[in-house]
Amino acid sequence: MAGQATAFTATAQQSPGLPGLAALGFNRAQSIAFLLLLGLLLVGPFVLYPVFLMKLLCFALFACAFNLLIGYVGLLSFGHAMFFGMGGYVTAHAAKVWGLTPELAILAGGAVGAVLGVVAGWIAIRRQGIYFAMITLALAQMIFFVCLQAPFTGGEDGIQSVPRGALLGVFSLAQDMSLYWVVAAVFLAGFLLINRIIHSPFGQVLTAIRENEPRAISLGYRVDDYKLMAFTLSATLAGIAGGTKALVFGIATLTDVYWAMSGEVVLMTLVGGLGTVFGPVLGAAVIVSMQNYLAEFGAWVTVIQGCIFVACVLAFRAGIAGQLGRWLRVRL
Amino acid sequence: MVQDRRSLLKSGAGLALVPALAGLPSRGRAQGATTLKIGVLNDQSGVYREVSGPTSTACVRQAIQDSGIAAKGITVEVVQADHQNKADVGATIARQWIDRDGVDVIVDVPNSAVALAINGIVREKNKVYLNSTGGTTELTGRQCSPNTVHWTYDTYMLAKSTGGAMVKTGADSWFFITADYAFGHDLERNTSAFVQAAGGKVLGAVRHPLQSTDFSSYLLQAQQSRAKVVGLANAGTDTINCVKQAAEFGVTRRGTKIAVMLMFINDVHSLGLNAAQGLVCTESFYWDLNDRTRAFTDRVKGSLGGNYPAMSHAGCYASVLHYLKAVADMGGAAAKSDGAATVARMKAMPTDDDCFGQGKIREDGRKLHPVYLFEVKKPEESKGPWDYYKMLQTTSADEAWRPVSEGGCPLVRA
Repeated sequence: MAGQATAFTATAQQSPGLPGLAALGFNRAQSIAFLLLLGLLLVGPFVLYPVFLMKLLCFALFACAFNLLIGYVGLLSFGHAMFFGMGGYVTAHAAKVWGLTPELAILAGGAVGAVLGVVAGWIAIRRQGIYFAMITLALAQMIFFVCLQAPFTGGEDGIQSVPRGALLGVFSLAQDMSLYWVVAAVFLAGFLLINRIIHSPFGQVLTAIRENEPRAISLGYRVDDYKLMAFTLSATLAGIAGGTKALVFGIATLTDVYWAMSGEVVLMTLVGGLGTVFGPVLGAAVIVSMQNYLAEFGAWVTVIQGCIFVACVLAFRAGIAGQLGRWLRVRL
Repeated sequence: MVQDRRSLLKSGAGLALVPALAGLPSRGRAQGATTLKIGVLNDQSGVYREVSGPTSTACVRQAIQDSGIAAKGITVEVVQADHQNKADVGATIARQWIDRDGVDVIVDVPNSAVALAINGIVREKNKVYLNSTGGTTELTGRQCSPNTVHWTYDTYMLAKSTGGAMVKTGADSWFFITADYAFGHDLERNTSAFVQAAGGKVLGAVRHPLQSTDFSSYLLQAQQSRAKVVGLANAGTDTINCVKQAAEFGVTRRGTKIAVMLMFINDVHSLGLNAAQGLVCTESFYWDLNDRTRAFTDRVKGSLGGNYPAMSHAGCYASVLHYLKAVADMGGAAAKSDGAATVARMKAMPTDDDCFGQGKIREDGRKLHPVYLFEVKKPEESKGPWDYYKMLQTTSADEAWRPVSEGGCPLVRA
């Protein structure tokens, strides 16, 4: 038995995935986890409240986008709320004022995330560690004040009653269930894209930079270009997540650009498991569920949240997915 | 084999999560046509806890008891939740309450972004929204809804009472310390207009960034202007910090008055009379106003855990009481099936309660009642616990509120 287990561990890293899923870069354990995720996505709305699930998926995509940067390039951004929040504002504005269809509005949110990402990334990647985090935080605060003052954001009232519209101008999304499938598709597309990036040669270079930047430079890689590309990709996906969330709730408010949102996504990623493919999804599920289901306990929300964080940090230092992977001796 | 068992274990753990999560939201759905459910949605853990929070829930329960609705065969349940001042959290809870838990009425909701989000959801689902602690005039303006009643106060009425009524007491030159964002600018602009309309002068204004901690230079500028009134066009912690520093500078002891645009009696309580004395503020309810308000406070006091009701709490009480009167009038089943019809009935009936006296609800959803300008007592003037206010001016219900023609509410034109 022991020999078998060791042999399994040795092959776990390279074990081919299930047929068909291997092309996506999944190993066997990840393939099973992915099928499980697919199953939950299909069954979920019939068991749980669809609006809650949509919110969870938006945050899961946001956390995955964030994880691309911190888990695979090792850059801790403390300003991701600017992409998420601005994506939300632009999508809401595009859908409400310009009357764009939902898919175009979400793409507009992603485009804004990309533009902001190029600018913020270009400035921030020149420094590392705490300085990098502080530069992103400073830029995010600037965006927060723009959102507070700019006329199109509606100040602290936010943009309200954003229409969900009709997909491609044909399929109405007014029903929660029809919107759910769109959100699930957006999430899956983002999730698979991130997974594809991680497992591409480009992603391998990113990991090399994370592990040993000077060596990556000495091997002839233009490290700054790679970092900027990863930053922009992460920001784009965060913008798409924010835009999708704005459509789900029909609102875009300051909550999403506030620095606390940048902190929340760090927490989701840490609780779920840094540098794991499925960790951010689990982390988002834990945090969003807590916000939702603890709401009726009133003032106890923050106390219970605090206790759960302490427990997570003490018991699962590698995050839920990281720890689970260790127990099962697989890479999740 | 090992792999299979492990993956089985893992999928088993994943599946176990589903019923666990599904079990959480099931909170006994309302059954039968004569059970109404009221959801109190507010801030239970943040900056608005004292002015909404559990005290609002206690006041709603008091209203249910006082209405005697149980004797008419209609049971009313109360649920509450903390929106954590996040519009998305508030929106999820509200949708879930209405879609899954059968909630018919949502009450309270401080924070204008959350209040407007709830306003939209309740209209979409044809339920009833009784706002008390949210202050935005949008609720009875461009975003007004046939399902919403805006009960207690709004920013227009605060500016009119504090700006206009105060000039009548002789305080006719003003200087503003304004939070530098849309909310602050609006307050400053509106209040200035009322000050000037009443014959007063505005000597100047200074803008401070949101969430400042040091107000000393702004307070010095205000003192140098020799204005009789320093108006604070900001909110929350900015106001509290500003008031504390003004007390340290001795601004009020030199005869200058500080007018606070948005303050509740609970804020005065946490500041203490030493820091708060001489402040001028507007509320539409004070527990020690008359015999009826004192009777209400005596009834509800025992369940508040030491807190006293502010106007926001009184609004929760009075709006629910009036809602239940309308329900008793039209029958539980009819009220449950059509929120807009229930609100229409509420508008058709005159209101009368211990907190606000007699009044009515206008067609745009605005509740009309008199508004009072108070000055915070000096510590030696206060005779007992929570004896904090002396009244300066009353603005009648006809004058206090924004005229319906200026709001731009689409319901009125229709």
